[in-house]
Amino acid sequence: MPKLSDTMTEGTLLKWLVKVGDKVGVGDPLAEVETDKATMEMVAFDEGTVGALYVQEGSKKALGEPLAVLLEEGEDLPEQPVTSATASDENGEAQSTESITAHVTEAVPLPFAGEGRIKASPLARKIAAAESIDLSRIAGSGPGGRIVKRDLEKAIDNPASGVARVASTGGTSRLTTVSPKPSGSGDQRMMLSSMRTIIAQRLLASKTQIPHFYLHVELDAEPLMVLIKQANIAAAENSNKLTINDFVLKAAASAAVAQPKVNASFDGDAIIQYASVDLSVAIAVDDGLVTPVIRSAQEKSILEISLEVKDLAQRARAKKLSPDEFSGGTLTVSNLGAYGVDSFDAIINPPQSVILSIGGIVNKPVVSKEGQIVPGKRMNVGISCDHRVVDGAVGAEYLAEFKKRMENPASILV
Amino acid sequence: MPMTLYRHAINRALNEELANDENVVIIGEEVAEYDGAYKVTEGLWKKWGDKRVVDAPISEAGFIGMGIGASMLGVRPVMELMFFSFAYVAFDQLINNAACVRYMSGGLINCPIVVRGPANGGTSVGATHSHAPENLFANMPGLKVVVPATARDAYGLMKSAIRDNDPVYFMENTLLYGDPAAASDLDDGEFTLPIGSAEVKRSGTDVSLIAHGRSVLVALEAAKQLEEEKGINAEVVDLRSIRPLDEETILQSVAKTHRAVLIDETKPFCGISSQIATTIQQEVFDDLDAPVLRVTSIDAPAIYSPPLEKEQVPNARRVVEKVMQLG
Repeated sequence: MPKLSDTMTEGTLLKWLVKVGDKVGVGDPLAEVETDKATMEMVAFDEGTVGALYVQEGSKKALGEPLAVLLEEGEDLPEQPVTSATASDENGEAQSTESITAHVTEAVPLPFAGEGRIKASPLARKIAAAESIDLSRIAGSGPGGRIVKRDLEKAIDNPASGVARVASTGGTSRLTTVSPKPSGSGDQRMMLSSMRTIIAQRLLASKTQIPHFYLHVELDAEPLMVLIKQANIAAAENSNKLTINDFVLKAAASAAVAQPKVNASFDGDAIIQYASVDLSVAIAVDDGLVTPVIRSAQEKSILEISLEVKDLAQRARAKKLSPDEFSGGTLTVSNLGAYGVDSFDAIINPPQSVILSIGGIVNKPVVSKEGQIVPGKRMNVGISCDHRVVDGAVGAEYLAEFKKRMENPASILV
Repeated sequence: MPMTLYRHAINRALNEELANDENVVIIGEEVAEYDGAYKVTEGLWKKWGDKRVVDAPISEAGFIGMGIGASMLGVRPVMELMFFSFAYVAFDQLINNAACVRYMSGGLINCPIVVRGPANGGTSVGATHSHAPENLFANMPGLKVVVPATARDAYGLMKSAIRDNDPVYFMENTLLYGDPAAASDLDDGEFTLPIGSAEVKRSGTDVSLIAHGRSVLVALEAAKQLEEEKGINAEVVDLRSIRPLDEETILQSVAKTHRAVLIDETKPFCGISSQIATTIQQEVFDDLDAPVLRVTSIDAPAIYSPPLEKEQVPNARRVVEKVMQLG
């Protein structure tokens, strides 16, 4: 199982695209694999003839586990008791697949075995466990980069570094600390998909490790609604219909240029402030959500953003995004307005520092400048901030910049 | 303060025990009229006479067997091997009889013998005279193996060995006999030291140097260099007794410093340090901040060339280098 996304630890083999006996060349698709975020094509790293498929469609395998074997010309299949052909016989399938895996692990070299293994002394591991320190964030100063006691002492003595203390709930295999009520008749027990596991891990880490605070503002959406109506008269002709969200994204990116401190990440002993606003857009998909990224959103026009986000959303729902399309964002927008939500507080998408929570436009009475109660179209916007990076005033300034643009939408139209 | 040399400390222990117990006798090649090949038994024949200090023929299998038989009947013989390298001639006696008789007799017969002599390399006397065989004997249940590094330990442990009711193989060192660095102040009267008790010879915080015999002096020299040249504060643990082994002192030291370098003049394969390394990783694994490393004799028969043999046995430079490898 190759590493097809930078965060995957296992993958589900959805579909074999080859069968035993097929000849394949470098780069030929072998199988469709579901990673933590997307469905990817796994391609051949080498040429040869498919000798055996060890894994059945639908089964989940950890990185480095053997999936199939490619044979060179004249090479015999390594001694294996069972291949996929016999794995599907009447003896329980899952069980026989297990035994194949256990057997082939020894026979087939694992191209990824050892990758990602953290070198740390036993003492360093003990200290890290006691102090809830994530060893993957520590640089080792021992021979060969081994993490030793002094590296942890340094990290502990320097609390500013933050060294990513892991949530004490720990472990990737089990994400709950309080056992739920056991499932009974009629209840369903649905095993976590790769995506749900990642969502659970990342958001648990975010909510437990990042000191969140929340700000809200209500803005006047009337000018925006008027402008969108006018713009879409023209857009209807060439079918590029602008949405409220397109303006939200443009305003979010443009406001981040005006207040760049929100476009940043906490990095242990430093804050990284990014030059480019790479906007993550939360998109609901079956059984979860993904956050594809609009790169350099500050440089793109409303129309470009509109077209790009539509394309990303469509491919996200089809699980056809490549990993680089949903990684590396610097700021996230989550819009639940279309679901009838007035206001909410989103959880920060780590390692970012700010997420915008966009509510729907609501018709409600407002007090006008003249002191009259008049009908208004109002939108509630919230931001969640990482207080290690963004202070209240900075968050408020960003929100004010956002509001200014949304209430004067022509200013961001060009 | 007058310092007593290693050989004189053993001589004094032997003399006192000859006086304390009429069953104590000394047997060996040239131990009597010649005062011992390395003068450890100097003056004892003159003082105690033919019945207590006995010259043996050059026949280790014969006279060691005689000593073991005598010990089974209540005599407490102290047998000298001119070199412990000659023990192999008497292996059947030393292993099958001495080590096993108490077990084989269901506890009815014990074997209160001491077999002593130099067991070291580093003196250019050739491969057949330069063995450090403490690992061979420590491998045998039923035997006690003692390797003192200083005059004080040699004195106190020799007295305990003679009084012990089991066979004790007491390994000395020709390089320590006259070495001022191994000499001790023994003016505080008669005493014994318990067999099976290690001693911290130098207290430190950064790494444990664990050694026995002359390697303890090598470790102390290395510790001095590490402190002066590298700012590393090494602790030196002297095992003193190989079997029984004082695991507690070893483990306490490693748990404190988190690092261990083992110094051991036996050959590396199945050496004493192999045993200690496995004990450390098994008992205090989570306290280790680095792998356990060893400095042993280089794995070859003792090299005759003096400059090469000095490199073959552990020396301070090799110990310092090994400590620096810990990173």
